[in-house]
Amino acid sequence: MPDQTNEREGADKPGTDERLGRLSEALDQAREKSAPTKSQRTSSVRGYGQAMRLSSEFIAGILVGAALGWAVDQLLGISPWGLIVFLILGFAAGVLNLLRAAKMVDDPAVRLDKKPPQG
Amino acid sequence: MSNDPIHQFHINKIVPLEVGGLDLSFTNSSLFMVATVAATTGFLMLATSGRGMVPTKLQSIAELAYEFVAGMLRDAAGSHGLKFFPLVFSLFMFILVGNLFGMFPYFFTITSHLIVTAALALLVFGTVLAVGFMRHGLGFLKLFVPSGVPGWLLPLVVAIEVISFLSRPLSHSVRLFANMLAGHITLKVFTGFVVSLSSLGVLGIAGAVLPLALAVGLTALEFLVAFLQAYVFAMLTCMYINDALHPGGH
Repeated sequence: MPDQTNEREGADKPGTDERLGRLSEALDQAREKSAPTKSQRTSSVRGYGQAMRLSSEFIAGILVGAALGWAVDQLLGISPWGLIVFLILGFAAGVLNLLRAAKMVDDPAVRLDKKPPQG
Repeated sequence: MSNDPIHQFHINKIVPLEVGGLDLSFTNSSLFMVATVAATTGFLMLATSGRGMVPTKLQSIAELAYEFVAGMLRDAAGSHGLKFFPLVFSLFMFILVGNLFGMFPYFFTITSHLIVTAALALLVFGTVLAVGFMRHGLGFLKLFVPSGVPGWLLPLVVAIEVISFLSRPLSHSVRLFANMLAGHITLKVFTGFVVSLSSLGVLGIAGAVLPLALAVGLTALEFLVAFLQAYVFAMLTCMYINDALHPGGH
């Protein structure tokens, strides 16, 4: 969009360059941090293993949620509300499993071990 | 149907046996489990019989396996975790040797049955629960309560954590079983193509080269998967044991 480029060229206030510099530094740092996990995934066999692991983690969460919901329905006779609620919870648990398997969220034990992030 | 890709997973009774209405027959699956245990035990006994300062070839294979599993366990669960070394090492060797046995033609793959992998995963799950509650009592439940969560969110978060915890044995067992099952079916289907194509004459034989090459590649991949899945299973066992030892983090 032409408007945007005009605005960007016009925005030569003092501090913009400095802010951009800081941003690129932060980006570099973030890239460095995530670099090792990327190189781990280069091998296709590892990638295949990873894919199997992630999909099974996700599906397991949903299935367990569904099973619990069904059991709650049977026990309390509130069909289909148990299934609805627990399927949603199971979906959330599946996503949590997924993120944990991908090392994007710490394991419970590690998470409690860690100090809160600074800044 | 010699080309039936599922045929290789059939369970056949070798010694029929029924106790009190329960079918306790000795099947081909049992036979290969016994063979796996016998081969693993026999190999390790033979390899460690010399106990030389300078290891022989066999001994260094056994030492390599030991170091591999011990390192994995130490990394995941700390030096406390080494108490569980026998469990993790047995699981790793059983699954690895069972998977590799499955690579022999006409052999039965024990890990391609969900009931076998589910039993292994439930063993790990039960161990984690027992050890967790024995060591920490009700403090083990801290595993489900992450710190720094606002109170009104807590019921939701705990429910999600509990479901996530309960889904572990499922994903743990299904992963191993599905990998082995899918790999063996694919292999059988591709080699089946080779046979049925090559019976079609010269053109068929020329066409059979492609699935044959694929089957060779898949066989190599299957060997890798056999090792990788044993590794993944043992690795996750280590991580779960870590949860049992340090539910609140130390």
